[in-house]
Amino acid sequence: MSDEDRKSKYTTISIPRPLYSRIQKLIDGKGFKSVSDYVTYVLREVVAMHEMESQEEPFTKEDLEEIKKRLRALGYI
Amino acid sequence: MVARPHGGRLVNKVVKDSRRERMLREVEELPRIHIDRNTAVDLENIAHGIYSPLIGFMTREDFESVLDFMRLSNDLPWTMPIVLDVSREDAESFDEGDLIAIYAGETPLATMVVEDIYAYDKKEYARKVFKTDDPRHPGVAKVYNKEDLLIGGPVELLNQLPNEYERYTLRPIETRVLFRERGWRTVVGFQTRNAPHIGHEYIQKTSLAFIDGLFINPVIGRKKPGDFRDDVILKAYETLIANYYPKKSVVLSIVRYEMKYAGPREAIHHAIMRKNFGCTHFIVGRDHAGVGNYYGPYEAQEIFNEFPDLGITPLFFREFFYCRKCNGIVHEKICPHKEDVRLRFSGTMIRRYIMEGKAPPKEVIRPEVAETILSFEKPFVE
Ligand SMILES: [Zn+2]
Repeated sequence: MSDEDRKSKYTTISIPRPLYSRIQKLIDGKGFKSVSDYVTYVLREVVAMHEMESQEEPFTKEDLEEIKKRLRALGYI
Repeated sequence: MVARPHGGRLVNKVVKDSRRERMLREVEELPRIHIDRNTAVDLENIAHGIYSPLIGFMTREDFESVLDFMRLSNDLPWTMPIVLDVSREDAESFDEGDLIAIYAGETPLATMVVEDIYAYDKKEYARKVFKTDDPRHPGVAKVYNKEDLLIGGPVELLNQLPNEYERYTLRPIETRVLFRERGWRTVVGFQTRNAPHIGHEYIQKTSLAFIDGLFINPVIGRKKPGDFRDDVILKAYETLIANYYPKKSVVLSIVRYEMKYAGPREAIHHAIMRKNFGCTHFIVGRDHAGVGNYYGPYEAQEIFNEFPDLGITPLFFREFFYCRKCNGIVHEKICPHKEDVRLRFSGTMIRRYIMEGKAPPKEVIRPEVAETILSFEKPFVE
């Protein structure tokens, strides 16, 4: 990836310097390439967890009856 | 609570009723492209939400992001390109922004808004997805056979391909209702392209020790010569379930999908598909979706470490085998004995017995399952 690409696909955020150092120590030899790598990993985990809290039903009441009818006909329920 | 669909919302791009009637009349007038069976299967999988959150074939932005980062451009995990290739000649009949009709033979399958028409580098595609550009790799060979351009944009499905296994086909919207009806809070998905031997059974049953329900989801589609035929796999599983599983803890249904043999990347894709079916867990065994020696035996497990936000929990298994000293089916972690008292479940060995018209040992395959397989005149793809 060229520097140009990297610039357009990444952005910077600020974290306190002591936290940065703390993470640096933590990830030493643990497979993360950089503090940014680690922070991205952790944020994705947390964000996905928060996103899980909302879920809309993908079907209406009528759909539901139709679906159950087919499942019954096929012997699944 | 079944798993949240990937990206949060289950996609449904199947057009019905009066709108479908109207669109079927209109497609006559549209620029037309023809697709092969495998692309048509992808198209159906998009429309039925199996590939949620995709609502169409990938645009350049998503395609490149998937190659480079194993994520869609919105950051969601996604490892396999889902693309529609067209020849330069065909691409001359439409522009970006146009609505086109997608045909299989004489049947209009779908419409698509062409958001993007783009060229791509086949070697780069191969290297990034398959970790090799060797044309002998079956997935790579298919990439090399694609047309020179890709087109991306949302689709709407008007007709489905004939489905010989409709009776065994459940879509994500249906499995989600079914799992809820069964009262399952956790569901483990099992992907297969094989008739079940005892090793498979033990992996599934070990998972069932702590997961409410098992979703056995064989992949139906073009396979390699020497693979079990689709109808053999289905009948073998029906026999196994009827004889050895409590009916209330298992669901068997198929998914149409063409294996790409991309090993680790494809394992993630398989997990995402099962998440959309409502699974909370997914079984990943040895050399999942691998072929030849292109991937390490546990690479398809290790890759899951890169996706803390996948939203489905992988269950990693090592190989099970029969141990004469333990007198049972065991695995490395619980059996201390030497190789000479162990009987491995080898596909080659099973195939050899079946070819000779004999049932493999009962420690390897259930006698009822062997009998079912042997009842077929030609159990293997030729
Ligand atoms: Zn043993």
